[in-house]
Amino acid sequence: MTRQLIELDRVEKNYGEVRALTGVSAEIREGEFFSLLGPSGCGKTTLLRTIAGFEDLSGGQLRIDGQDMRGVPANKRPTNMVFQSYAIFPHLSVGENVGFGLRRKGLGREAMAREVGQALDMVGLGGYETRASHALSGGQRQRVALARALVLKPRVLLLDEPLSALDKKLREQMQVELRKLQRQVGITFILVTHDQEEALIMSDRIAVMFDGGIAQLDSPQVLYRRPVSRRVAEFIGVMNFLDASVGGNGADGLEVDVAGLGRVALDPAQCPEGRSGTSTVVGLRPETMTILFDTSEKAARVAEGSVSEVVYFGDMTYYDVTLDGVAAPVTISMRNLPGRPVLDRGARARVGWDAGAMVLFR
Amino acid sequence: MKGRGLATYAVAYLLFLYAPVILLPLFAFNDGTIIAFPLQGFTTGWFVQLTRIEALHDSVFNSLWIALTTAVLSTCFGLFAARASARYRFPAKGGIMGLIMLPLVLPEIIVAVALLVVLLQLGIDLGAWTVILGHVLICTPFSIAILNSAFLSLDESLEEASYDLGETKWSTFRLITLPLVMPGIISSMLIAFTISLDEFIIAFFLTGNEPTLPVYLWSQLRFPTKIPIVMALGTIMLVASLLLLTAAEYFRRRGVARTGAKDSGGFL
Repeated sequence: MTRQLIELDRVEKNYGEVRALTGVSAEIREGEFFSLLGPSGCGKTTLLRTIAGFEDLSGGQLRIDGQDMRGVPANKRPTNMVFQSYAIFPHLSVGENVGFGLRRKGLGREAMAREVGQALDMVGLGGYETRASHALSGGQRQRVALARALVLKPRVLLLDEPLSALDKKLREQMQVELRKLQRQVGITFILVTHDQEEALIMSDRIAVMFDGGIAQLDSPQVLYRRPVSRRVAEFIGVMNFLDASVGGNGADGLEVDVAGLGRVALDPAQCPEGRSGTSTVVGLRPETMTILFDTSEKAARVAEGSVSEVVYFGDMTYYDVTLDGVAAPVTISMRNLPGRPVLDRGARARVGWDAGAMVLFR
Repeated sequence: MKGRGLATYAVAYLLFLYAPVILLPLFAFNDGTIIAFPLQGFTTGWFVQLTRIEALHDSVFNSLWIALTTAVLSTCFGLFAARASARYRFPAKGGIMGLIMLPLVLPEIIVAVALLVVLLQLGIDLGAWTVILGHVLICTPFSIAILNSAFLSLDESLEEASYDLGETKWSTFRLITLPLVMPGIISSMLIAFTISLDEFIIAFFLTGNEPTLPVYLWSQLRFPTKIPIVMALGTIMLVASLLLLTAAEYFRRRGVARTGAKDSGGFL
């Protein structure tokens, strides 16, 4: 059983009338890569700055390593931060930047140089000690900021949108590198991001935040497959929403009548029971539906419709298919395997799908 | 030709601006007491005479130390105000900052007369300190303007990063903030120093019997034979002012380059 390192207990933060955090409770485990994901203004950065000690709590409790952090200033907390702007000190060299926090540790000159060297090696900038920091590229600044924080061996590393200033290629490369680095050093990382893909790629667990509160806290897989609300589902990836009404509680679980798809029995583990006749919404991810290109292809369930839009991505094709009897089209993603045709707009299509992937929202 | 018209205008403008200033060194080296063409011949005699007038030396000394004290004081006040303005939000901030900056546009003679009346009412003797008081009043807005831009171009997360890495608020100020706004501080001191050195009206009203250099010069204009000496002195002051302003701009630009910010243009 992994230990809880950070405990958030009904944490509140108000700025005057504005409620930035509305009672956030969560536990962050020792050594995990934890992400705070949400749209801008959802309170994720405020929560991070609260953990760092830059913001006081308006209510609730924050414990790090079992210790109440009330009244503990940022410079006394076992946390270090990588800032969105990286905050590299422009008047100091790379080595002086990385060694900045070490000066208070009372190390000798040689020990300090060794630590700085090791930290720079770790982020792939070995030998950069004497470089002027204002001449570094964006990716290099990011690495220096990482080395500067990690050299102090904090219990928690806080990362405030660290990749948002990098271009796409470099960002994707750094996502993988950061993840590797985290496994290597074993320090708890808390990442703030608005990029759902980034969160999915890097995290052990993700807290999706809306309006100052956590909407769902789960592993990437659970978050993607079983979003608890329509809002979470919309924020993470693409989800098709279909109107449905509860038909009754059958032997296989809750039965719902879905527009265009007919009656479906849903996994009882997911939705134990419901009242007959209640209208509701179900969701299906684009990749859980398939287009059956020839009549010999089989699927658990089949619906008919016509293709209203085709978007070709090279490796994938996204179809918008209007199912018979449903106004809004559903999006279906198909991998472009060899020999598989790409349908034209207006073509008729048979759509195969599986009730197991369906998510019920209430 | 539109282009030629504009060029002519530019040249005429520059001539109007600088021709009188160029006359200053011209007559300072002219071997004659009358300020008129044709020039009489080259001499450095007026400069030699400068070194022999004791009252002049006193006034130069007066001016220098008034300017130095003014520079230090107004930069200190400027630091506090600019820091507050750039970093903190407080009630009536706009109004307070506006009032502090007002002396920039207030006629100096109004400030001078008002100060004189108040000082006399309070029974304070006029002298170097009263001039410093007046000069600090008019120089502080300049200092604030310069330092405000220095603080604004300083990324706030730099201070937070230092704090986060274990430094205290004070050591953060010493290690991060101060070095990064130092070019602004130097530039502010140079500007305040220059303004104070040149200032006449406030000094004239508040100087008592310890004249500053501009006040002394003005008193000498009554004696036509001394005008070439004044010209020589003016030449020295002109060169000194140019050097100071160049230095101020140099430090401002270096500050911009150092923090990696984009140069948005300064005072010069």
